Amino acid sequence: MKVLVPIKRVIDYNVKVRVKPDHSNVDLANTKMAINPFCEIAVEEAVRLKEAGIATEVIAISIGNKSCQEQLRTALALGADRAIQIDTDESLDALNIAKLLQKVVEEEQPQLVILGKQSIDSDNNQTGQMLAALTGMPQGTFASVVKVEGDKVNVTREVDGGLQTVSLRLPAIVTTDLRLNEPRYASLPNIMKAKRKPLVVKPAADFGIDLTARTKLLKVTPPAQRKAGIVVESIDELVEKLKNEAKVIS
Amino acid sequence: MSILVIAEHDNSSLKAETLKTVNAAQKIGGDITLLVTGFNCQSVVDAASKVNGVSKVLVCDNAVYEHQLAENVSLLVTELAADYEHILATALTTGKNFMPRVAALLDVAQISDIIDVESSDTFVRPIYAGNAIATVQSLDNKKVITVRTTGFDAVATDGNAEVVILDTVTDAGISSHVSDELTVSARPDLGAASVIISGGRGMQNGDNFKLLDGIADKLGAAIGASRAAVDAGFVPNDMQVGQTGKIVAPDLYIAVGISGAIQHLAGMKDSKVIVAINKDPEAPIFQVADYGIVADLFDALPELESKL
Repeated sequence: MKVLVPIKRVIDYNVKVRVKPDHSNVDLANTKMAINPFCEIAVEEAVRLKEAGIATEVIAISIGNKSCQEQLRTALALGADRAIQIDTDESLDALNIAKLLQKVVEEEQPQLVILGKQSIDSDNNQTGQMLAALTGMPQGTFASVVKVEGDKVNVTREVDGGLQTVSLRLPAIVTTDLRLNEPRYASLPNIMKAKRKPLVVKPAADFGIDLTARTKLLKVTPPAQRKAGIVVESIDELVEKLKNEAKVIS
Repeated sequence: MSILVIAEHDNSSLKAETLKTVNAAQKIGGDITLLVTGFNCQSVVDAASKVNGVSKVLVCDNAVYEHQLAENVSLLVTELAADYEHILATALTTGKNFMPRVAALLDVAQISDIIDVESSDTFVRPIYAGNAIATVQSLDNKKVITVRTTGFDAVATDGNAEVVILDTVTDAGISSHVSDELTVSARPDLGAASVIISGGRGMQNGDNFKLLDGIADKLGAAIGASRAAVDAGFVPNDMQVGQTGKIVAPDLYIAVGISGAIQHLAGMKDSKVIVAINKDPEAPIFQVADYGIVADLFDALPELESKL
């Protein structure tokens, strides 16, 4: 079976983002970019399914300008077989991303689509669920275990109270949580090999979808800063401060 | 305007977070209906009818909703959506699961994790792990919103709403529940606790988390953890506080052996008072802590417990 893995190019998770002085957005100029960590876990899971003989082909896809080819090459180096870039300069709402992915799902007919549960830039946590709705597929979100069994996939999900396991009819959508796997490092030979793997570019405009923005970003501001606290010298002093100054314990 | 709020519950009790989501609905302004969808959930309905500011409680009590499967719940909410301009759910794992599905079925964008309401179409939400705060306007006719409860106070529970039983059954038939492995704890939920004590990688192993028990008992605290502690297998995932785990804002947050990665800070920096216990004086956690103590946690914890 085919597995489709949509991935997103985002700010590297170690970099602390800055807000632009005019508050129009965050400043990503000259910022280190990377594959979204949850998307990397999605690629790894798909590649493991292929190594286990369950998946036959892993297709990585990203929506953005030419720079996201860098992340697609990373996915290819991790073991994806081919890649698709849907080319656009716009920063699209999750709904429009899901609509573009829906077209690709119709064309490629994957049995599984594995996505990251959220991107660490917009923190929306929407695309997988929206794609599931648009394609009429069931969804296993926040997955920590994925087991394909015949025409079903069992997904163990990280939920507020612990873990929940659901059984989904294939084709299905899975979104990854942190504990699903630990992604491998791409080896140098695989990075070289990835340069020769097929990467197809398709303009977003060719999909015939109305990509009008549904939301408008009015402003972006830095968060309120906490004022610097104090270092206490002893547990006695700490308890005294909590009781008498902060008044949070009695 | 009419607002539909979907109640967060476990078929036996209404989660306290719903009271905060209703507060967000009140800030938007309009007639508020609370939807309780579940199975054998009469006690939830009783509690829901007492939530202040709610005029009507809709009840869909059927086995297909027992486990809040997104495929079934989203069909139900979409069917009810025609009567409402705003649809709100709490940004916990249940709401995060089914709401984007509702939004896509309605062909509208979702505004996730709002922490404030500017007007009926403009909302404030954190992005980049809370390192930037975005003000976003929805251009859709219908607004589908999840609410981060740390931004809103709970409403009171002395209301008296009309209860309307619906017999709508929406079974997508493409998914089923297999099993739950839920953590059993006598302590308060992380989302509801006024005091939280969390351990990080510095705890060294799962057994050492017992050192937090006595303090948690004395303070009536919930116990949390950093991602590092969860990834290392010290404690289960549902204890994780952070950007992609639970977002909390208790009166008192005690971080023990937690360095303070931005992803962890994203989950707790709105706490009223933060205490950090760490042996590394350079740990970033001290930059957000109101009270820090540079100490070995294996000395500090027993002493703290004895002095509370």
